[in-house]
Amino acid sequence: MIFTHSNRAPEGANQYRARMNRQLLLGAEAVAQGALDAGISGVYAYPGTPSTEITEYIQRSKAAREGGVRSSWSTNEKTAYEAALGMSYAGKRSLVCMKHVGLNVAADAFMNSAITGVNGGLVLAVADDPSMHSSQNEQDSRVYGRFAMGPVLEPASQQELYDSMLHAFELSEAMRLPVIVRITTRLSHSRAGVEQRTAVGQNPLHAEYAPERFVLMPHNARSQYRHLLDLQPTLEELSESSFLNRPVEGKGPVGVIAFGIGYNYTMEARVAHGLDCRVLKIGQYPLPRKMVNELFDACAEVLVVEEGYPVYEELFRGYFGSPKVRGRMDGALPRTGELTTDLLASALGVPLPETAAVPSMVVNRPPELCKGCGHRDMFDAINIAIGKHADHHVFSDIGCYTLGALPPYRAIHTCVDMGASITMAKGAADAGLRPAVCVIGDSTFAHSGMTGLLDAVNDRSPLTVVIADNDTTAMTGGQHSSASGSKLVRICLGLGVEEHHIRTIVPLRKNLEENIAVLGEEFAYEGVSIVIAKRDCLEKAAKEKRRTAATGK
Amino acid sequence: MQKNIILAGVGGQGILSIAAVIDWAALNEGLEIRQAEVHGMSQRGGAVQSHLRIADHEIFADLIALGTADLILSVEPLEALRYLPYLAPDGHMATALEPFINMPGYPPMDELLAELRKSGRPVLVHAAEIAREAGSTRASNMVMLGAGAPFTGIAPEKLEAGIEALFGAKGREIVDINIRAFRKGLELSNT
Repeated sequence: MIFTHSNRAPEGANQYRARMNRQLLLGAEAVAQGALDAGISGVYAYPGTPSTEITEYIQRSKAAREGGVRSSWSTNEKTAYEAALGMSYAGKRSLVCMKHVGLNVAADAFMNSAITGVNGGLVLAVADDPSMHSSQNEQDSRVYGRFAMGPVLEPASQQELYDSMLHAFELSEAMRLPVIVRITTRLSHSRAGVEQRTAVGQNPLHAEYAPERFVLMPHNARSQYRHLLDLQPTLEELSESSFLNRPVEGKGPVGVIAFGIGYNYTMEARVAHGLDCRVLKIGQYPLPRKMVNELFDACAEVLVVEEGYPVYEELFRGYFGSPKVRGRMDGALPRTGELTTDLLASALGVPLPETAAVPSMVVNRPPELCKGCGHRDMFDAINIAIGKHADHHVFSDIGCYTLGALPPYRAIHTCVDMGASITMAKGAADAGLRPAVCVIGDSTFAHSGMTGLLDAVNDRSPLTVVIADNDTTAMTGGQHSSASGSKLVRICLGLGVEEHHIRTIVPLRKNLEENIAVLGEEFAYEGVSIVIAKRDCLEKAAKEKRRTAATGK
Repeated sequence: MQKNIILAGVGGQGILSIAAVIDWAALNEGLEIRQAEVHGMSQRGGAVQSHLRIADHEIFADLIALGTADLILSVEPLEALRYLPYLAPDGHMATALEPFINMPGYPPMDELLAELRKSGRPVLVHAAEIAREAGSTRASNMVMLGAGAPFTGIAPEKLEAGIEALFGAKGREIVDINIRAFRKGLELSNT
C-alpha cells in the first residue's frame, strides 16, 4: 500500500490535537524507528555527521536485536550500499545510511542499482549538511536522485520522516527501485515527539534468478535503462498523490514552493507574520507536475525554497530565465547555507526586527583536540621531526586529527576526502617532494586508505604514512573501527610494506624524543614506510567506563 | 503558550542534559517540542547551542527566529552573549559565571560582567560553587536549569520529575544531588 491523500489524512492545523503516546526522537532516530517498524532485516552504514545516529539507534534497539536485524558498521559507504543491495536481492528490506559525501563513495553502486532495480525494499537515507557544520561541502543529494532517475523523499518533520519510511519501502518494492530519503542537518539533529505505528514483519528470504536485470552486460543494461525511463511517468503520477506533496491554500500574487524542511521555515514565517501566500509543499520527487503548474498558473511570482542547492529553482528558471522565479539565484535567499525563518520572512517582504548585536568581545571558539588526547603528542612529535625540513608538507585526512590543522599545531596541510592523504602524498612524492608524509586515522585507513597504499607499494613511492590509531571512529562519537591494532600491521604487511618499515610508537609526552627519532628515520627512508601512532581515544575509554558503571558488566 | 529557549555552552558542558529534562517534562505535559542540537565537530570543545521550542500548538521550525527567544540559558558567561541577537525584547537571560577559556582573546571578567549586565536583568549564577554545596560540581548544569526554570513555562515540580526520570538509572544519591542543585538555582531566580 502506498500512502496517498485518501488513506492518510495529513496533519493540518485544524486536525491538530495533543498526542500522549509519543516518544521524543531525533530526526535521525525517526528514520531508524520508521525503518525498524517497516520490517528491515538489516542496516548498513559508515558513520558520518549528520547521519550516524540512524544506525546507532538501531544498534541500541532491543526490538532490532530480538528481530535479528544486522546493524554493525561497514568499512565504507560503497561496501555498505552493495551489502544492502545484496540483502534486497535476497528479498528482504534493507536500509543504508550515509552522509552526503559518503554517497560519492557509494555512487557507483547507487547509480547502477537504479538500473538493476531491487527485490526487497531498499532505502538509502542520506544526510546532507548545508552550512557545512561538519563537512567539506554542501552538495545536494537530490542531484543524485535526479541523476539515477529514482524516487526521492524529503520529509519536513520528524513525524513525517517516521511515516515516510514505511512509505519508502513500499514504494521501493512497488516500483522495484531504490528510494532515497534525503534529510538535512537540522532535521536529523532536532528532536520532536513522534507517534509510532504498528510494526510490520520482515520479508521472508526470497532470492530470485533475474540475470536479465542483475547482470548488467550491455544488452541487459540497455533494456533495464529503457525500463527505468518508461517508469518515469508512473513515478510522477505517484508524486501527485503522495501525502508528502500538498498545497496550502492562500492568496495574493506571490506563491511559495517549499521543499523538505524549507516548508517549516515558510510556514513559521507565514504564521509569525500573518502572511497568507499560497504554498506548495514538496516532499516527494520527481515533481508532481500538475501541482507545480497550478501554483505557477495562480501566481505572478514564485519563491523557490530549497534547503541545499537551487536544484529545482534552476530548472524552473530554464536556460533563458523565467522572470517569475525567485530564490537563491537572484538573491531573494542567500545562495549558500541553511535556511531560517528570518531569511524566509525577509524574502517574503517582512522587515527583520531590530535585535541586539553580538558584542565584539565575543571571540570565536573553534573546536579543539581533547585535553590529553594522543593526537596532541603525535602532532608535537611530527612537527619537530619534520620541522628540520624548511619547506615541508603533511597530507592528511578526515577525522579528529583534522583539528591538527588549527593552532597551536598547524601540523597538517590538506584534508580533501576520505583516504586522500595517502594518495596525495604519493602523487607529491612522484613529483619529487621529500619527505612525503601523511597522517590518516585507523578507521579512515580502513575506509579508503588501503587501496592507495597498494598503489604506493606497487610504485615503491618514497612515502611515510602515519596511521593515528585510536581504535575508534572518534569524530563521529566513537563507533567501531574496521581496522585497528594488530590488524593494521597485518594489512600493511599483506599489501607489501616491508616489515622493518612498519613501526609502532605510543604518542605520550614521555616518549617524545623516541617518537621524533622513529619518525625521522622513516621520513628519511626512500620507500614506503608506516608509523602507527597507537593510543586509545580518551572519549572512547570514558564512554566504556560509563557503560561498565551503568550495566555492571 | 509558546516558549523559545536557547541553551548555550561549550561542547562537553552538559547542555543536552538540561535540554533532556525540559524535553521530558514538556512531553509529559502533552506539549509540542522541537529541540535542535549540535552534533559533530563542534562537540570537541567548540561553541555549542540548542534551540528548544515548546508550545501547546503545532511548531513548524526547528530553529528560533531572531529576537524571539524567551530565555537564553547558558552554562558559560561568554557563550551567553554569543546568542544575544536571538533574545526577545522582553526575554530573560540566566548564565553561569565560570569562564571556560580554551581559546586566545577571552575578555577580562569585569568587562564580560559589564556586558552581561547591559542585557536587562540577567540572572548571574556562581553555578559551580552552588553545585558543590549541593554535592557535586558536575551538577552545575542543574543549578542553571533551576535558575532558568521560572522562564521555561513548565512548573518546577514537573522539571524535578524530569530530573528523577533522567538520572534515575544512576542511583538515588545522584538524583538527590541534582534535585538539590536544581532547587538552589531556582531559589536564586525566585528571590
